[in-house]
Amino acid sequence: MEMKMFIVVLGLLVGSLMPIGGAASSPDTRGEGNHSSYIKKPFPVLSFDYDHVRLPFEISLWVLLASLMKLGFHLIPRLSSIVPESCLLIVVGLLVGGLIKVVGEVPPTLQSNIFFLYLLPPIILDAGYFLPIRPFTENLGTILMFAVVGTLWNAFFVGSLLYGVCQLEGVDLKHVDLLSCLLFGTIISAVDPVAVLAVFEEIHINELLHILVFGESLLNDAVTVVLYHLFEEYSSVGTITVTDVFLGIVCFLVVSLGGIVVGAIYGILAAFTSRFTSHTRVIEPLFVFVYSYMAYLSAEVFHLSGIMALIACGAVTRPYVEANISHKSHTTIKYFLKMWSSVSDTLIFIFLGVSTVAGPHRWNWTFVIMTVLLSLVARVLGVIGLTFVINKFRIVKLTCKDQFIVAYGGLRGAIAFSLVYLLDPVQFPMRNMFLTAIITVIFFTVFVQGMTIRPLVDLLAVKKKQETKRSINEEIHTQFLDHLLTGIEDICGHYGHHHWKDKLNRFNKKYIKKCLIAGERSKEPQLIAFYHKMEMKQAIELVESGGGSKLPSAMPSTISMQNIQPKKTPQDRALPQLSKSREEEIRKILRTNLQRTRQRLRSYNRHTLVADPFEDGWSDVLIKRKKIIEMEKKISQMNNHLTVPAPPPDSPTVARARLSSDPQVWGTKAVTESIPTIKVDLASPQSPDPVNEFGSKASQPKESKEDGGLMMKAPCPAKEKKEKDKMAYEDDDDKEPQRLTRCLSDPGPAAEEDEDEPFLP
Amino acid sequence: MGSFQSLPDNHQYRTLSQNTGFSLEQIGILHNRFKQLSQNEETLRRDDFKTIQDLESNPIRSQIIEAFFDKRNFQKDDVGSAQEIDFEEFLTVMSYFRAPTHHITEEQREEMRRAKLRFLFNMHDTDNDGTITLEEYRHVVEELLSRSGALGMETAKGIADAAMLEVASISVGPMAPDEFFEGITFEQFLKILKGVEIETTMHIRFLNMDTTVLCK
Repeated sequence: MEMKMFIVVLGLLVGSLMPIGGAASSPDTRGEGNHSSYIKKPFPVLSFDYDHVRLPFEISLWVLLASLMKLGFHLIPRLSSIVPESCLLIVVGLLVGGLIKVVGEVPPTLQSNIFFLYLLPPIILDAGYFLPIRPFTENLGTILMFAVVGTLWNAFFVGSLLYGVCQLEGVDLKHVDLLSCLLFGTIISAVDPVAVLAVFEEIHINELLHILVFGESLLNDAVTVVLYHLFEEYSSVGTITVTDVFLGIVCFLVVSLGGIVVGAIYGILAAFTSRFTSHTRVIEPLFVFVYSYMAYLSAEVFHLSGIMALIACGAVTRPYVEANISHKSHTTIKYFLKMWSSVSDTLIFIFLGVSTVAGPHRWNWTFVIMTVLLSLVARVLGVIGLTFVINKFRIVKLTCKDQFIVAYGGLRGAIAFSLVYLLDPVQFPMRNMFLTAIITVIFFTVFVQGMTIRPLVDLLAVKKKQETKRSINEEIHTQFLDHLLTGIEDICGHYGHHHWKDKLNRFNKKYIKKCLIAGERSKEPQLIAFYHKMEMKQAIELVESGGGSKLPSAMPSTISMQNIQPKKTPQDRALPQLSKSREEEIRKILRTNLQRTRQRLRSYNRHTLVADPFEDGWSDVLIKRKKIIEMEKKISQMNNHLTVPAPPPDSPTVARARLSSDPQVWGTKAVTESIPTIKVDLASPQSPDPVNEFGSKASQPKESKEDGGLMMKAPCPAKEKKEKDKMAYEDDDDKEPQRLTRCLSDPGPAAEEDEDEPFLP
Repeated sequence: MGSFQSLPDNHQYRTLSQNTGFSLEQIGILHNRFKQLSQNEETLRRDDFKTIQDLESNPIRSQIIEAFFDKRNFQKDDVGSAQEIDFEEFLTVMSYFRAPTHHITEEQREEMRRAKLRFLFNMHDTDNDGTITLEEYRHVVEELLSRSGALGMETAKGIADAAMLEVASISVGPMAPDEFFEGITFEQFLKILKGVEIETTMHIRFLNMDTTVLCK
């Protein structure tokens, strides 16, 4: 039913594309009558003026078509698991292009300008911003080898062999000279990040391979740019001298390093700007986007590598910006990037299909077949050769399976297509032939390799991506190992890469973070940042799961602080336990006191959830539920402001003063300390203070903990409302049982790896 | 007595090489370093480590130094803490940071993993009772965050508690409120660090190549 409606809508859309093309060319008769005669015409109630909205209208239609296509694929049950999305989109493009041609219109082609300036940047920014820094830097040597040496090898191998083929008798390709062949080789040898992303995203391969192929596709841009310009410049002249080669090498260094420097500068600017956005949180995402785009454009001005600039900008910006911006802005950035890159990606593939129908072709059997074959062979040989060299320096060697996936995953895509399109047809008469050959290679890699890589991955039992969340233990030990290895290197007297990494981290902490991160968070060490992120996530999960009222039923019992606190000495045990009646008394006192002083309490502590939650009766559960509903209402109200006011930091003395203000409360303190019971943590009164949001939060919960609080079995007051305005940021104690309940019963929301990335590993 | 002071004795080196798995050249290099640190004496003391400047800024400096003097790491089934160590013991501790060679069997790899994790475990388990208690774990996290001032100290407790709870929940599962989780045993430690590929992460590249840059 859904499918049928969908197809009808689609048909209408495509149908509307045709007449609009036709209507654009139809003459506009309205205006003609006005200046020649002064006959009064009846006032036009409804008129048709398509011309002045033509361009945005058509763009919107295309975007809409692309998005509806994407929707459609996932409605068809089995299709998306067999065929990768990119293939389907190309097919759709072919169909649309065919339709347009049948109607008699000229199908639009993928303009190189539009591609490089509008369609490519969002995808690259998305990739750069969420680049997993740790695996990337660990494998940087390997990635660079593949990107630089591999691409060079591919380009020259394919180019020169094709030239050889062209010189053969019987094939009328004599006019294709060496430099044009080399140029073609360059264009075709570049692994395309768009295609790689599109395919690899769906196969969930392990992190190492993913970062190798993906990193290669990003970093080979510099090589491609330099070689392309080199060959294009000199193909008219016909020869290249040694000087030119030397200049080419210098150019390569300038292009790549220059691109990175430009990106880094803009990244630092963006980070610096974000330091001051605490009062205007709404436009925070805008800064990230605009600065990054400017980095790309600035690099393109000087013919530096725009892709590397964009990657550098995203990677540099991220750790600092994320420390400064609000959680909502972070989500906004993430989703906008994903949305734009998704739309771009879809449009690129559809246009690829349409351009195939449109573009001027010249089919030459030999050339095309040799191209396809040679590019495959070159890729395989290149990977095998390079891995042989690389494995000598790697600890984790690349196995044959890994090599196969790296070779097979070298997909070509729209970048190659656009680069050919940029060629001047006058200077390169064989451009159409190149175009046909490139399209064939692209189709081959995307369809054949793209479709078969998934079953091959399963067949070869290649290690898949581990879906486990990063646990705090692993984080602690990763940090510990970093320091340990640095220490051992210092003892050995060896300036290894741990040593330099540690130095960089310390430099970063001492100088850079102070400049670029606002307020308290600049001093926050990575472990704490990770921990806070984790807590935040748990808190949000908790809110989303409807609060604690659901949890007790789901969870039989779980582990709490009680279970891991060190054993009390026998001396403490000698003290009498509180009797139930006494507890009840104390509970009542607490309730009245706390309500009187109007202090908001932290919610849940571990014990009420662990021990019998219904022990104290239905009324408590009701109160709790009501509080949670109120809190959620307040959160939705808060959304208008998009700010998160935070309580001011509490000094230990203030907290203690509050606790000790009630004499009866104070009296029970000594007795209850020994009993491993509930702590009632008092929260500070609300006050809007948008800055220092995170810094103060961290300092706050620990005060009450250090007090040794009021150790009571007092579930009712303790269960009262959460801190609504803090977006349910909780005391870590309270979070533990929630987290554990998650561990035991329910995996919770899908692990978001990109969010879990530490700042500077 | 004087054998270590004289020119490198190949026979000595060969036995060491067999025991620890280093190549002769690597042992020579490390011996030079040992002599440099110990100022040409035969044994190394804790004070000698203080001469290494870069080590001063390391937050877990004291734990690392202790690990060198921890008799459990000498593979001689001894316990306690030594006052000074000789070259063989120095080398034994260093051998924990060797990388797995290309052709080792699965069991050897597993054994290497266990040895390295045992070293880490010993670093945490200071009272040698076979478990890492909450106090010891708290100490570890506090040391890690020791450069972050008061803020770090307070959160450290919370982090250690959260980590401990996680281990408890993963290894033991649901516990009744009055049960007590003693601490992390070695087996549990192995389990929680399964995700970190210790045998490849915990190594010093230096030991793989023969070039050295001896720094102060």
